[in-house]
Amino acid sequence: MSLFGAVIALGVLALIFGVILGFAAVKFRVESDPIVDQIDEILPQTQCGQCGYPGCRPYAQAIADGDDINKCPPGGEATIKQLADLMGVEAKPLDDAHGEEDVKKVAVIREDECIGCTKCIQACPVDAILGAAKQMHTVIEHECTGCDLCVEPCPVDCIDMVKIKAKPETWQWDLDTVKENIKANSIPVKVVE
Amino acid sequence: MSGSQTMNRDVNTAVIGHFPGGVHPPERKQPASSKPIRKLALPQELILPVRQHIGPSGKVLVAIGERVDKGQRLTEAGLSQGLPLHAPTSGIIAAIEEHPTAHASGLPEQAIVIQPDGEDRWGNKHALPDYHDVEISRLLELIQEAGIAGLGGAGFPTAQKLAQQKPLKHLIINGVECEPYIAADDRLMQEHADDIIAGTRILQYITRCDSVLLAIEDNKPEAIKAIAEAIGDDPQIHLKVVPTKYPSGGEKQLIELLTGDQVPSGKLPMDIGLLMQNVGTAYAVKRAIIHGEPLLERVVTVTGESLKQRGNVWALLGTPIQHLLDESGFTPEKKQRIIMGGPMMGFTLPSSEVPVIKTTNCIMAPTEQELPSPGPELACIRCGACADVCPATLQPQQLQWLAKAKDYDELEKHNLFDCIECGACAYVCPSEIPLVHYYRKAKAEVRNIAREKAKAEQARKRFEARQERLEREKQERLERHRKAAEERKKMQQEKADKPESKTKEGDDKPAGKSAAVAAAIARAKAKKAAQAAKDSPEEDNSAKGNES
Repeated sequence: MSLFGAVIALGVLALIFGVILGFAAVKFRVESDPIVDQIDEILPQTQCGQCGYPGCRPYAQAIADGDDINKCPPGGEATIKQLADLMGVEAKPLDDAHGEEDVKKVAVIREDECIGCTKCIQACPVDAILGAAKQMHTVIEHECTGCDLCVEPCPVDCIDMVKIKAKPETWQWDLDTVKENIKANSIPVKVVE
Repeated sequence: MSGSQTMNRDVNTAVIGHFPGGVHPPERKQPASSKPIRKLALPQELILPVRQHIGPSGKVLVAIGERVDKGQRLTEAGLSQGLPLHAPTSGIIAAIEEHPTAHASGLPEQAIVIQPDGEDRWGNKHALPDYHDVEISRLLELIQEAGIAGLGGAGFPTAQKLAQQKPLKHLIINGVECEPYIAADDRLMQEHADDIIAGTRILQYITRCDSVLLAIEDNKPEAIKAIAEAIGDDPQIHLKVVPTKYPSGGEKQLIELLTGDQVPSGKLPMDIGLLMQNVGTAYAVKRAIIHGEPLLERVVTVTGESLKQRGNVWALLGTPIQHLLDESGFTPEKKQRIIMGGPMMGFTLPSSEVPVIKTTNCIMAPTEQELPSPGPELACIRCGACADVCPATLQPQQLQWLAKAKDYDELEKHNLFDCIECGACAYVCPSEIPLVHYYRKAKAEVRNIAREKAKAEQARKRFEARQERLEREKQERLERHRKAAEERKKMQQEKADKPESKTKEGDDKPAGKSAAVAAAIARAKAKKAAQAAKDSPEEDNSAKGNES
């Protein structure tokens, strides 16, 4: 008899939880795969395609599906480390086949050489190039991700990738780069009695 | 004397709270604090970086070769945080070029170079001796147009700080000047106490605050006397003499000292009903409103044992540091260091060609004996001395470990951004670890990461917007093709229907359609056959045969 009671009690509990879980599954349904969003969050959004996928989001999808995490040269070691932490895998060195980690650059069009062919505009993944057919084009500098994709299509080779110049407000306190006779530890100066 | 009575009364009641930590480095304010402020000869050229405060730079209004009057505006403040810049003396614009700026990095920034003509000829001045019937918003505009930034060090636009409309408990005027060597505010208070109090009253009028606390450290008896006399028996301005301890002049530290209240982490003094301005700023506000003179010069302490004439000078903005040194009997030693700011918070200048800017309060040329270069950094022995002296009650040694490990999340959890970079921890460190340097680096890195992240987010949005646009365009194209195809079909059908309709009236649609199709096929075949017959008469037979 007591066995019967226990079975009924458990059965009722199972039913109640089943209903709750079923309800939750419908009500709190997650539309997209959250892991893809998390990976996409880590990727540098250069949209350069050096990983072999057409943009960062597709690569995020590929990583979620089991692709290697070391195919992103703009992100470099830091990104690989973060991805390794997220995916619970071992961090590996950057895959050379996809390029090398480089300093941040920005595309600059030599404007008097531009013929206005719009090929770079079509290549730019973030719409950072302004211009129209037979009109001079120019790069919106702060929107450019430095992905390199506009350089190759240009028929007159008038696009340069230029290193981003350091400004006082973005300077990283690398005192060694200022002048050799200023020691890194000379700030602050020490008063002695 | 009523002045000294006021002073004595306030000395007793001055300090309500106290702030934790702090150090007592040798003061060395002599001889700068006891010598009058000197006027200097005009330098060969004035170099005015376009951006001298926190916030974006303005638009340059002058061209090379243009003649400018003293006080003429050189740049126009564009956005909210912008401040205009004025010609400190009359002369000719010699260049507008990149020039190393007064920053530890020594990186070049856009600057306007003026060649003084020696006439020191003023342009238009709009003096406003009685401001009491002028609207507050107009006064704020005037302060903004005068290009006044906080002269205490941070360089935040003063008008913007004043414009925050919240009821104030106290307006605090900071004359503490706690850093060793620096005596610029001290001398200004001794010589221009009346002007400072007049400026304080303007600030008081703008903020509609009926309680002003004017704080001075007790190592400046002359300044205290002068200010007490200038205040007279004004019941709303209270002189507060605070004990000498570094860094009691820090904004948050002084607030804790005077009111006993702590400014919460990540909040502004404004959020607890307080506003702080430097005495130099009060002086500049008075000059701007009452005399109509924009901010053109400031007091700079020029000191250090490599100089014969140590003291304070009125330096025009843009004066090259080398000129200040030359005018003070500079005899450089081997590997001479030039420091901008004090010995605790200052930085070594990469070149003596950088100019004085709005926030420059001190230039030091110390001898190696006076201020020895720090020795090599040794390992942290976890003595905890730094934690004892930290005025922000942080854990400097822990922050140092985290900064070295580049653990930025953990650094933020340990409130790295509450660090005021006062240098007290580095001052007491027995291992000579340049702690503040690590914090500055870590802060720059954290800000950089945030900036990169914002940029990545922007790039992602643009990429997705573009993908969406391409997809939409593709759909539109397909739609267009589909419509065009339909249109063609319809036209054909209509053509086919017309002759059919005469013979087969009343037929239902499918039949009509199939008939039309049959007719069309027949027509096409006939056409083809005719074409074939025309092209090759030999194949005529076979073609005909096929058709039959």
